[in-house]
Amino acid sequence: MTARKMLQVDWVPGSDQLRGRCHCGAETIAEDPVAMWQWLLAHPNHQDHSPVREEAA
Amino acid sequence: MRKRRTGRPVTAVTLGRMSEFVRNQWYVAAYGREIGRELFSRTVCGESILFWRTEAGAVAAMSDRCVHRRFPLSQAPSHLVGDTVVCGYHGFTYDQGGACVAVPGQTRIPRTARLTSYPVTELDGFVWVFIGEPDNAEKTRIPRAPWLDMPGWTTVSGMEPLAARHSLLMDNLLDLSHETYLHGGYIGTPEVAETPIVTRVDEEAGVVHVSRHMADAACPPFYQKSTGITGRITRWQDIEFTPPCLYLLHSRIAPAGVLPNADGTDPDGFHVEVVYALTPETETSTHDFWAVARDFALEDQGVSDFLAENNRTVVLQDVTALNVLEQVIATEPDGYQELSINIDTGGLAARRMMAKLR
Ligand code: FES
Ligand SMILES: [Fe+2]
Repeated sequence: MTARKMLQVDWVPGSDQLRGRCHCGAETIAEDPVAMWQWLLAHPNHQDHSPVREEAA
Repeated sequence: MRKRRTGRPVTAVTLGRMSEFVRNQWYVAAYGREIGRELFSRTVCGESILFWRTEAGAVAAMSDRCVHRRFPLSQAPSHLVGDTVVCGYHGFTYDQGGACVAVPGQTRIPRTARLTSYPVTELDGFVWVFIGEPDNAEKTRIPRAPWLDMPGWTTVSGMEPLAARHSLLMDNLLDLSHETYLHGGYIGTPEVAETPIVTRVDEEAGVVHVSRHMADAACPPFYQKSTGITGRITRWQDIEFTPPCLYLLHSRIAPAGVLPNADGTDPDGFHVEVVYALTPETETSTHDFWAVARDFALEDQGVSDFLAENNRTVVLQDVTALNVLEQVIATEPDGYQELSINIDTGGLAARRMMAKLR
């Protein structure tokens, strides 16, 4: 398969965490999918590359 | 998308409901077998469309409303004469492109006497219709489901009317963890809801992928009876959804631990391609097309009958649940509360892609 612009979210086996990877290579960990998609779709302005904290209410 | 909000003057414009339909897309309107020399009508994205087959076998698609007094052309005594449709009310006659070719009692045909006609393509056993600006049809990709009409595969299929909006069916199909609860005893086992998913979004292709690979799972009756496997299974579910209409579930079943060969061949796996087409009828109803193609027991009518019966039962379990859900959310104010968890990762991706298409 050629390198396509893929966004990927893995539900980390054995945990409740999601790991997201942008097509630019940036990665993050999130606790819920809403926060995860927000983070991914912010490309190229990803919040930071460390785990996403509590999502805003 | 603009929503009605408080604090703004209520004008005619804000009162008018904005259409939720994604236009300039191809939609499955029917199975090829449904369209023949009888006039056939189906509503797609709020448009009533008349379908029929020409003597040469091509599918014609045009508005199902006579330009004269709007009598439905699918309604008897409207009928086909060769490759024309004769309106059953006063006899306006239309050709396969929707042009009026005869009116009663006079020779002059008004220039505007023409039915809206629709680009239509037959592919993989489906009749696809283009909703939107016809000039955009050619450059808009039609997603494929080749197994439905391919040597080496046997298919059963049907369509159930759903009194619920497209987005509810999309949510349902993108999150198969519901199999465990809504379809227990049919296709659901505990492992489905328990197994983590991988979600991928291919922006260029416009496809959402959701994969759930169960290494060691109970075999639900749906697969037990069709494959003959009695013990535990390795069960893979790989969803490929091309919004707005076509949903594929690549399902692989094998005795637990049996994997495909390194070269990709998979002689000991059973492959089932479950295909859905999610075609909006109105804002709050959907045509729920379903098909199950398999690469084993190809000639076994008993397996065909079982899979058809069982899958229809499963679809109707969804239909019952979603019809109730439609009634509930129809009465909720815009922006009602939901709570999403890990299982919803794929559904959220699909919603976002739909919003982008709008
Ligand atoms: S309504 Fe069709 S001919 Fe009058
Ligand atoms: Fe279901």
